[in-house]
Amino acid sequence: MAVINAGHKLDSLIVVDIRQQESLTCCRMSTPIGTDQSRLDLLQGTLDLLILRALRAGAMHGWAISERIQLISQDVLQVNQGSLYPALHRLERRGWIKAEWGVSELGRRARFYSLTASGRKQLEIEAENWGKLSEAIARVLRMA
Amino acid sequence: MWQDIVLRFRALFFRRRMDQELQEELDFHIEMQARRNRQHDVDPAEAKRQARLQFGSVVSATEECREQRGLFAMEMLLKDVRFGLRMLRKSPSFTAVAVVTLALGIGANAVVFGVLNALVLRPLSVPQAESLYSLHRNDNSAAVSYPDYLDLRDRNRSFDGLAAFNISQAGMDAGENPARVWLYEVSGNYFDALGIRPYVGRVFHDSDEHGPNSAPYIVLGYAYWHTRFQDDRGVVGRTVQVNKHPFTVVGVAPPEFHGTMLFFSPDYFVPMVNQEQIDGSNLLNDRGKRWIFMTIGHLKAGVTPAQAAADLNSIGSYLERTYPKDHGQMTFKLGRPGLYGDFLGRPVRAFVAGLMLLAGLILLAACANLGSLFAARAADRSREVALRLAVGASRIHILRQLFTEAVLISLIGGAVGLWGSIVLLRSLSEWQPFPRFPINVPVTPDANVYWVALLLTLASGFLFGAVPVRQALRIDPYQIVKSGSIGRIGRRITVRDALLVVQIAICAVLVTSSLVAVRGLVRSLHSNFGFEPRNTILMETGLDMAGYRGDAVRAMQKRMIDAMETIPGVTSVGLVDRTPLGNGSYYASNIFTDETIDLRPGNAVAESATYSISPDYFQAAGTALFAGRAFSWHDDENSPRVAVVNREFAGRIFGSPSNAMGRYFKRRDGTRIQVVGIVEDGKYQSLTEDPLPAMFLPILQSPSSETSLVLRSNRDPQQLAAAMQSTMRGLDSGLPLLIETWNQKLDLPLFPSRVATVSLGILGVMGAMLSITGIFGMAAYSVSKRKRELGIRMALGAQRKEVLQAALGRALKLLALGSAAGLFLGILASRVLAFIVYEATPRDPLVLAGVVLAMLLLGLLATWIPAQRALSIDPLTLLREE
Repeated sequence: MAVINAGHKLDSLIVVDIRQQESLTCCRMSTPIGTDQSRLDLLQGTLDLLILRALRAGAMHGWAISERIQLISQDVLQVNQGSLYPALHRLERRGWIKAEWGVSELGRRARFYSLTASGRKQLEIEAENWGKLSEAIARVLRMA
Repeated sequence: MWQDIVLRFRALFFRRRMDQELQEELDFHIEMQARRNRQHDVDPAEAKRQARLQFGSVVSATEECREQRGLFAMEMLLKDVRFGLRMLRKSPSFTAVAVVTLALGIGANAVVFGVLNALVLRPLSVPQAESLYSLHRNDNSAAVSYPDYLDLRDRNRSFDGLAAFNISQAGMDAGENPARVWLYEVSGNYFDALGIRPYVGRVFHDSDEHGPNSAPYIVLGYAYWHTRFQDDRGVVGRTVQVNKHPFTVVGVAPPEFHGTMLFFSPDYFVPMVNQEQIDGSNLLNDRGKRWIFMTIGHLKAGVTPAQAAADLNSIGSYLERTYPKDHGQMTFKLGRPGLYGDFLGRPVRAFVAGLMLLAGLILLAACANLGSLFAARAADRSREVALRLAVGASRIHILRQLFTEAVLISLIGGAVGLWGSIVLLRSLSEWQPFPRFPINVPVTPDANVYWVALLLTLASGFLFGAVPVRQALRIDPYQIVKSGSIGRIGRRITVRDALLVVQIAICAVLVTSSLVAVRGLVRSLHSNFGFEPRNTILMETGLDMAGYRGDAVRAMQKRMIDAMETIPGVTSVGLVDRTPLGNGSYYASNIFTDETIDLRPGNAVAESATYSISPDYFQAAGTALFAGRAFSWHDDENSPRVAVVNREFAGRIFGSPSNAMGRYFKRRDGTRIQVVGIVEDGKYQSLTEDPLPAMFLPILQSPSSETSLVLRSNRDPQQLAAAMQSTMRGLDSGLPLLIETWNQKLDLPLFPSRVATVSLGILGVMGAMLSITGIFGMAAYSVSKRKRELGIRMALGAQRKEVLQAALGRALKLLALGSAAGLFLGILASRVLAFIVYEATPRDPLVLAGVVLAMLLLGLLATWIPAQRALSIDPLTLLREE
């Protein structure tokens, strides 16, 4: 189980300080309450990548995105809800996703996000980078 | 990227709505999570609670989302500004002191920079002023003769038209009171070469000139047209009398054009070819008579000043070869018109640069003052800062807040200072120091001044804001909350102490320079002028302005002298063509030894000041005659040529004054003149000149229509002036007169010294005020912080003297240290001061004593109130309270 730690404004791995831990860990292992939680610090861009990928399927609101990621990763990745929305706003500002108010299944209105054209392009670029990175790491693990 | 901008825009202006939307979004998410939780058979309230727990901190998520909006920095800045303003409002006395201190510093710098900008940086208000240059010979004089000017104009290849102008005076009669006016005699291409278009009517051109006296036209200056003719456009085409000759007004110059000299605004412009009607004699043909004030022109595109100078030098050598009798060495250099090239330019630049330095020092002192005030305040707020650090503010944030406060104060202070400086500069622009000369100092502030003021404001803000930084960074919250505050009363030298020493040193430098300036002024007032200006009245007129010519001039002069002698109370009356130390100009002629045959300028022994006087002049002026005799009315045009010379003259021609009596010397036209008397040396051109040779010729042998009468009398000047006016009106009512005491006339040569003294005095006073504030602040602070300690000392039996020593000892020690440093620096800076004040030397013992006294007085004044406070501490009440 991995914990994706959305680094606070930094693109590199950061050491989590007591004060900051709650809000920074964006994913937790979906274990019953009480068990140990191992945290894995990963790059910030990973959450962005997941969001973009999730939105490729269509427009959805924040809750649906988090559910979808959890579902598809078979419960391995659980997005920390406190970091989801900052990430969504950041992506919106960068122009990769756009937001609209729409009617949700609850009947009340919710903010629906969808990919923009440049967002699609960015998704491809990031997916490719991720592929290269994981391949390189795998190679090192095999050989070294 | 576009989205980015749109979002930022929305975030700025629709903040509340965006916050609401954000809240709604997060609420929705929690709602969905609660719904999910209810699926696990939990009751709604519990589901909601669990949902909230799972979300984590809504507040920090909200904060982070807000941060992502990208305006975070600006929002924080606004918050800081509001907070800073609140803090400043809470301590009004601190704010007031800080604002006033900074206003003084910035205001002083803005004023001095305004003067620098107007006099040195900003060229004349003519189009393309950067390529406008004036021609100077190597002795810095720009004077040329008319034939030489024509040759320069026609033979040069570097200038886009070379124009010339001369400053002169004339009697103007437009139907009402005749009055003297100042005017420019300009070459035909003057306005065209400068690119000046007329405001009303037309200007004259080369085509209007058809030979001497062929162009009796006038172009009025805008200011003169405004005051004398009340903006009447009908004046164009009218004929007026100039020196009793008819001239026609053809146009008016534009409002921003004041001629081509920076301080001087002529009333109107006439063509140079009509010069004879203005000056009384034809000077257009004499190649040796250098009467034209200055030659100017725009450099052609692509020509450098060096190339132009080389071109002019080649013309100069041609003139030397072709007309050897009239020319010595003719080499040229280019200068900037406006301040007469280097002659006025260099001293003015040096003066203003010196002032700028001192004003900068004042600002530095103000910053030091404010820095220590800020540090004290920061130390006082250490508890608050510690608390804020403990609840999570970052140090960067604290620092940002401190800087915001500092910059706020400096902006307010800077605005006040700038406003004051603008008022001062405007009134300086309108000030006419000498009513008889159209001289003013055009220093209206422009954009440069504002920018510089803003820059200085921000720089000062950051400078003194940085003082408490080190302190703020080192605050340990736990320590402070435990023990109370930073109460370090050690013997270490803190930054604040250093700042105070710097401040006091600067003040001492300023006080030293003020005292030096005052001494210099006093000394120059008492220097030997060669005449005695007290109890003397001068009456100045130009007989040619009322139409006198030839013999009529001499006759009228004799009549005037006789008439003046009849006025009761007048001891003696003398006549001279131009009074020494008068308009700053004097008539100089080459003198040769008796043996010289070839009378070309290169062979001259010297250039001597030349005056034409009546027999009683020396008596009236109070000039001491050392040997020989003065003139009499028998020394007329039929007698042998004689002269009275000063000792410097005698020394230069004959080797020593004792050899001079009865010997001969020659003038450029070959006349041999015999020396019949020797007078004392004096000042003829300016107060700061080296000794000049001077000769005095009898008025009948060397006639001049310029006339100044010198009356020595003990009567009240007002009454005497009235008597003189009525007597002269009886002789000739059409004669324009100017009557003033000789001391009033000396205002012009004394002007630079006076200006220097006033400016340095003001700067000295400002420096003193800043020091007093600084010392007072430190002393008061130390007394208030050490009340407990002092109370204990008093309870243990300390005497008044010991209490005072404990309370104020440090401040006074710093005062002594700073004064010594400042005095030392002031002595080192004597070279700088010498630029500003004539004969300035800080090594004068009077000055040193004065500075020491002044600093002592300052210290006393500043520590008076804190001393009283220290002595009035009642140990019983104090210790009971703690």
